[in-house]
Amino acid sequence: MARILLAILVLIPLWTANGAERFPPPEFKEGHQLPTTTTPPARDAVLAYADVAVLAAALGLAAWLVLRRRSRRAVFVLMVFSLLYFGFYRRGCICPIGAIQNVALAVFDSSYAIPITVLAFFLLPLVFALLFGRVFCSSVCPLGAAQDLVLFRPLKVPAWLAQALGLLPYVYLGLAVLLAAGGSSFIICQYDPFVPFFRMSGSIHMLILGAAFLVLGMFVGRAYCRFLCPYGALLNLASRLSRWRVTITPDECIKCRLCEEACPFDAIRKPTPAGVFGRAEGKALLAGLILLLPVLIAAAGWLGNMSGTAFARSNNTIRIAELVRQDAQRTHGDPVNEVVAFRKTGRPDAELFQEADSIRRSYMRGGWLFGGWVGLVIGLKLIGLSIRRTRTDYEAERGSCMACARCYAWCPQEHQRPKPAVEKQ
Amino acid sequence: MGEEQKKLGRRDVLRFGAGAGIVVAGGAYLAAARAGTGRAVWQIDPNKCIQCGNCKTECVLATSAVKCVHAFAMCGYCELCTGFFEPQPNSLNEGAENQLCPTGAIKRSFVEDPYYEYIIDEDLCDGCAKCVKGCSSFGNGSLFLQVRHNLCLNCNQCSIAAACPSRAFRRVPADHPYLLKRREPEG
Repeated sequence: MARILLAILVLIPLWTANGAERFPPPEFKEGHQLPTTTTPPARDAVLAYADVAVLAAALGLAAWLVLRRRSRRAVFVLMVFSLLYFGFYRRGCICPIGAIQNVALAVFDSSYAIPITVLAFFLLPLVFALLFGRVFCSSVCPLGAAQDLVLFRPLKVPAWLAQALGLLPYVYLGLAVLLAAGGSSFIICQYDPFVPFFRMSGSIHMLILGAAFLVLGMFVGRAYCRFLCPYGALLNLASRLSRWRVTITPDECIKCRLCEEACPFDAIRKPTPAGVFGRAEGKALLAGLILLLPVLIAAAGWLGNMSGTAFARSNNTIRIAELVRQDAQRTHGDPVNEVVAFRKTGRPDAELFQEADSIRRSYMRGGWLFGGWVGLVIGLKLIGLSIRRTRTDYEAERGSCMACARCYAWCPQEHQRPKPAVEKQ
Repeated sequence: MGEEQKKLGRRDVLRFGAGAGIVVAGGAYLAAARAGTGRAVWQIDPNKCIQCGNCKTECVLATSAVKCVHAFAMCGYCELCTGFFEPQPNSLNEGAENQLCPTGAIKRSFVEDPYYEYIIDEDLCDGCAKCVKGCSSFGNGSLFLQVRHNLCLNCNQCSIAAACPSRAFRRVPADHPYLLKRREPEG
């Protein structure tokens, strides 16, 4: 025991000598009290759970307002609340759109544990979409609300353009998952056009981008939601399977055509004229497209694999390894910050290069998956376009309807009812 | 409504069931295997920081949430503090021309001969790290940068972390949100 104590006594001065203390801290004669280093705490954990509760309540309320109350005005009020709470009060963070990346990182990087509240933010709107359609988009998402509020004179986007641009969210989703899983960056958060407004600060190019989206949003209904939002892509898929959904009319459709122009997001489909399409022709096209699908997936996957190195460049480790490699050729001047920081760690160069190579290889593999995903999305889109469904009524398209409740007021059947209709199927 | 009711057949139930199955299974897997109850916040590892100045410029806030903090127990209370004074100051007093800090955020006060105390006024500090560089290059390294959580918005992707050349930013548990320097070299 005494020996251990002696060893500790000998070692203590050695420890302090090892530190960076070039000037020994003074012993004050007059007993001066050292001030303490303050550590203001982070936001209370309870508040994060409160956010989840508010999200769940808002989703439930949105579903009720859209499907049962069928009231655009009430949806509008909830939308303003969501914009104020999730947007300006919570400053847009954490949001389900960004949470995609936390989930991707958690799946691929075992050292990252996703906080349960973030997981709840990711899952809740998906569950609600499975039950009631895109009620999150309708009045809970602050990004959607910001665009919905500025929508002033909606223009029709030509169908071919809307279909083509509609592929972008899936590509963006794939890219965001690839870069988050590879530990590079969270691009959805980095290039969120509205979050600088919620924070009332941000870099100038992001503010310009946000302003551009708002100006565009005056004429093109929810451009970000329809043509970029990666979470919208997930909700689109989920709401195609939904149990309950928006129906334009509370009763029977009388095909009065009044709702044709009601949807600013081009989500209303007209009834198909009877017996006009050639079945045999359609079948041949469909068979061709189904055969083309694996070819598309393989070709796009190969392209993705080829661009794996380009994607990998966004990874910090790879960037630092590149800079360290370049630094070997430096003949004058100072090394760049990254090299200075790396030298400070004292790690051998070879170890860094090895790590970079292994990350690059996983990006090549990820490139296959990303490319394959893009090929799959394009192929399925083509197949979807070539399948013709018969519709007898005016319908809101399951995937792209954002449950804004605008179309209800256009339906004469709606006005005949003394009380809000109950929509059950 | 009659039309809609007809449509909800076995196929619709199957589709909904498949979707619900995927979301529930995926959610359960993530919650069980990948989720933690603790929240995380961003913090700077002061031992990795190289005082490049990005903390001042890259934060999404107009004035950075990163501030200089002082581990007083490590401080040498030097009269010529290399974190406070310009290199080769005209004289060792609080004149603005002698100070390293561009915003005058460090308050220097006499304690007893020959010791002076240096306290950061965080309202003025903008996290430029000039004093940190001075202190860690020639002094004890008792000044260092920390994310102040009363100011930090805790963005999902910290934009300073994305621009940090030394990868000194990392997510830390929200109940231990600081990586303070200590007297012991283990820090």
